[in-house]
Amino acid sequence: MSASPENTSTTELTTDTAALASELFAPGVGAQAGPPTTPAEGTGVAPGAHSHGGPAPTGSPAERFTSTDPDAFGVPTGREETWRFTPMKRMRTLLDGAPSDAHLTWTTDLPEGVELTSVEAGDPLLKALPEPADRLAALARQRSGGAAVVRVKSEAQLDRPVTLGLAGTGSDDIVWGQLVIEVGAFARATIVLDHTGLARYAGGVAIIVGDSAQVTLVSVQDWAPGTVHGGQYDAVVGRDATFKQVVVTLGGDLVRLVSNVQYAGPGGTAELFGVYFADETQHQEHRLWVDHAVPNCRSNVLYKGALQGEEARTVWIGDVRIRPAATGTETYELNRNLVLTDGARADSVPNLEIETGEIVGAGHASATGRFDDEQLFYLCSRGIDAETARRLVVRGFFADVVQLIGIDGLQDRLMAAIEARLGALPGLEEQSVEQPA
Amino acid sequence: MSVLEIRDLHVTVGEGDDAKEILRGVDLTVRSGETHAIMGPNGSGKSTLAYSIAGHPKYTITGGTVTLDGEDVLAMTVDERARAGLFLAMQYPVEVPGVSVSNFLRTAATAIKGEAPKLRTWVKDVKTEMAGLEMDPAFAERNVNEGFSGGEKKRHEILQMRLLKPRIAILDETDSGLDVDALRIVSEGVNKTREEGDVGVLLITHYTRILRYIQPDFVHVFVNGRIAEEGGAELAEKLENDGYAAYVKGSTEVASA
Repeated sequence: MSASPENTSTTELTTDTAALASELFAPGVGAQAGPPTTPAEGTGVAPGAHSHGGPAPTGSPAERFTSTDPDAFGVPTGREETWRFTPMKRMRTLLDGAPSDAHLTWTTDLPEGVELTSVEAGDPLLKALPEPADRLAALARQRSGGAAVVRVKSEAQLDRPVTLGLAGTGSDDIVWGQLVIEVGAFARATIVLDHTGLARYAGGVAIIVGDSAQVTLVSVQDWAPGTVHGGQYDAVVGRDATFKQVVVTLGGDLVRLVSNVQYAGPGGTAELFGVYFADETQHQEHRLWVDHAVPNCRSNVLYKGALQGEEARTVWIGDVRIRPAATGTETYELNRNLVLTDGARADSVPNLEIETGEIVGAGHASATGRFDDEQLFYLCSRGIDAETARRLVVRGFFADVVQLIGIDGLQDRLMAAIEARLGALPGLEEQSVEQPA
Repeated sequence: MSVLEIRDLHVTVGEGDDAKEILRGVDLTVRSGETHAIMGPNGSGKSTLAYSIAGHPKYTITGGTVTLDGEDVLAMTVDERARAGLFLAMQYPVEVPGVSVSNFLRTAATAIKGEAPKLRTWVKDVKTEMAGLEMDPAFAERNVNEGFSGGEKKRHEILQMRLLKPRIAILDETDSGLDVDALRIVSEGVNKTREEGDVGVLLITHYTRILRYIQPDFVHVFVNGRIAEEGGAELAEKLENDGYAAYVKGSTEVASA
């Protein structure tokens, strides 16, 4: 009945030289399953991304394969590294890739300084985007036949977030979507993608963050049950720019999101935050790829998930690569999973590849554990009933990340949705999500 | 006026063939206004007694009774025991990430009192008590016990005791790991509670050190799962001089530090 150490695995790596060295030279580090090396093409927006030239000196981890051609990836079987955690049967409809004109219903709130427009397939803007990294993303890029474009003017200081409410209509037809968000230099903007309703949706989102811009992209997956959502998010972070992404996955049957970050110039910062809460039979998969190829950039990853119910399943893959040119890099990633009941399973795979010793720091940690009986005993010994204690702990676990969104109304809605899953917390109504710093 | 009565308490830890008897017939009565010190060598079962009264699931009660004012404590859940007026200051308080001290204290107070305390007076009470224990106000926004030093954890336990105002408080090795300043501060907190109300205190300790700050009315020597000798404060002095050797054959353990 005590805190069961056999159910808890923790890895902690530090910036300590010895730890880094062991990380670097550990067997298997740097090796990556997948298709053979093929340099990406047309990623003009990020000149640094593939400019290191020649094989990496530490043992040549395979370059990640990207292409705009779905067939270049072949049809995945589920044995591939990028698909091995995904329930392929439930993903099959999307991967079959039937063309469709179906759309999500858009509800937009565009503050002054923001323009919503679109481009046709073949537009130079699309050619310049980072390429799809798997077949589904390539299908989304191709089948969407163009893109919706959100432009935030240079130096714009938006008075409120840009909100795109994207609602599934309940149709069986697949919705293919491509969104491009361009934020001009020195602008400050928050963009919220709020996914609701029932859909089969494959959507690409590319966000180009101008030099010195400060951008927050929030993506909420509050889908109705039955929804299947596959998406690739690409961020290109400009010189001295700050990009913050907050991913909140609560609803849907199967959600699989791939978030990639590359830096177009030195001095950029990327903060990737996420929370997910999987109930019975839900599959929630978040894959991250942060590619440090230019000097003096930072990345910070924090994802937290909870699982409850039979066959609740979450997957978190955190790949961070520090290429030889990326001196002065500082990176840390952390994934924590809280398994609330039997029958749920969380996979957590952090992967750090370091190809230069001249960095400020690099580390990762991953911990997956059961709800702790000792915590429960402690809270109950102060008069708090077991249900409230459990909710208190889970609520705190999530609030920690949700409050990083920075939009009170949305935070309250999300915490309410999380609490609805756990049941209401008696006597705590008057307490807001924010915790004074 | 409250009475905690422990009669012929037998407790095991472990299950089936691995079950090991730790308490072998404990008799003890703690009344409001009394301070009892339970002293004994390591492994004698002192902490087991504390955790058994609080209801930790690791321990199995195989015999005997525990009542608080006639109510059967052993039939209550852990939280019911706390709401009935029992409090256990733990030797190793547990970290609860993501739950702030202020949120935790307020939730606990709401549970104990049956209604949320009035916000204004509550905030004032918490500030006053924290100041009394020489705790930084920023403490309230930290996560429960997360990254706390040993001394901070013990002050936090006593802070809870001050705010939750139990009828019977059990302090399990509250003095362990405390430096002299922290021991003084924590002891003052306990003494203030004793002076203000008629709380009954059960002070569990290996060493006599804390008894110089908190004067016990009764001292019980705990050996091998039961009480071996009882007396007044003078018994603590005897233990300080002679150690537990007289009770444990071959033991060289000392009670003073």
